[in-house]
Amino acid sequence: MASPTIPHEAVTLKHHFANDEQQKDASTIGMWVFLVTEIMFFGGLFLAYFAYRQAYPVAFASASNKTNLWLGAANTTVLICSSLTMALGVHYAAKGKQKLLILFLILTLMLGGIFLGVKAYEYHDKWVKHEVPGAHFDCEGCEDAGHAPLFFSLYFGMTGLHATHMLVGFVILVILIVQSGQGKYTAKWHTPIEMFGLYWHFVDIVWIFLFPLLYLIDRSHTGLQ
Amino acid sequence: MTEHSEHIVPKRVYFLVFFTLIVMTWVTAYVSTVDLGRLNVFVALSIAIFKASLVILFFMHVKYGSKLTKMIVLAGIYWLLLLLFIAMADLWTRGWMGVPGR
Repeated sequence: MASPTIPHEAVTLKHHFANDEQQKDASTIGMWVFLVTEIMFFGGLFLAYFAYRQAYPVAFASASNKTNLWLGAANTTVLICSSLTMALGVHYAAKGKQKLLILFLILTLMLGGIFLGVKAYEYHDKWVKHEVPGAHFDCEGCEDAGHAPLFFSLYFGMTGLHATHMLVGFVILVILIVQSGQGKYTAKWHTPIEMFGLYWHFVDIVWIFLFPLLYLIDRSHTGLQ
Repeated sequence: MTEHSEHIVPKRVYFLVFFTLIVMTWVTAYVSTVDLGRLNVFVALSIAIFKASLVILFFMHVKYGSKLTKMIVLAGIYWLLLLLFIAMADLWTRGWMGVPGR
């Protein structure tokens, strides 16, 4: 293979990469390796959920019926909308349309804000109803109520970790919006936008699994009302 | 190495995926209220896996990505399944053998 020549116009190309494509591949692979560590990070909580659900199915079934199905489904819809706006943001970044890029990043931020707002409302509702594990915990009408705090601990732990990821996403989004306004991202080089897109979609995927596990799977078959 | 110059996914693909994701969200929410016995869990998780696959393949561009990227994604999913299945295989089967002290 011929030794790579360094194109002088490519200021975004770091000297240790042969060309733009190699640089982009390296970024993409690095981001995915990070996301795999995130899969394992959330994976531990998912395993805890499955293990305790297997141990105390009755408590989990009746406690999970305390979640609000319609709020959960509406919030899932909001998050999917924010994934679409993010994907379109990346699309317009690749086409070099700066104004549309900024518009869709702002829309993504706003939809994320709506999601967390609804989540905050749900948390508040649980707090008021004493469904937060602790000294004043009370799962009204729950069967096997002694083990119900396990469900709610996992509920708050998993949705809380998910919400933390969204807050981190907000900070990065604001930075990206400002940098986009400064014209830092072009059709030729917009790798941070793309990599952030991967992060944002990953957070969406985590919610795609949290929604059925926490809100849906024991909704009907237990015969509990 | 195969050539994979920057691939810009057409917008209509995104809208199609988006539409499917929204429909599946409300389908899974509705189906959860119908009593299917043990199948409820199966249906809910199958729909979730289907939705997640769409997001990974199209929104995250893995369908258009390099082979190495695909390999890393699959390795991550495989490792997660190892974690879940080996641990759960233990917990599911502990009662089967009648071993004293569980």
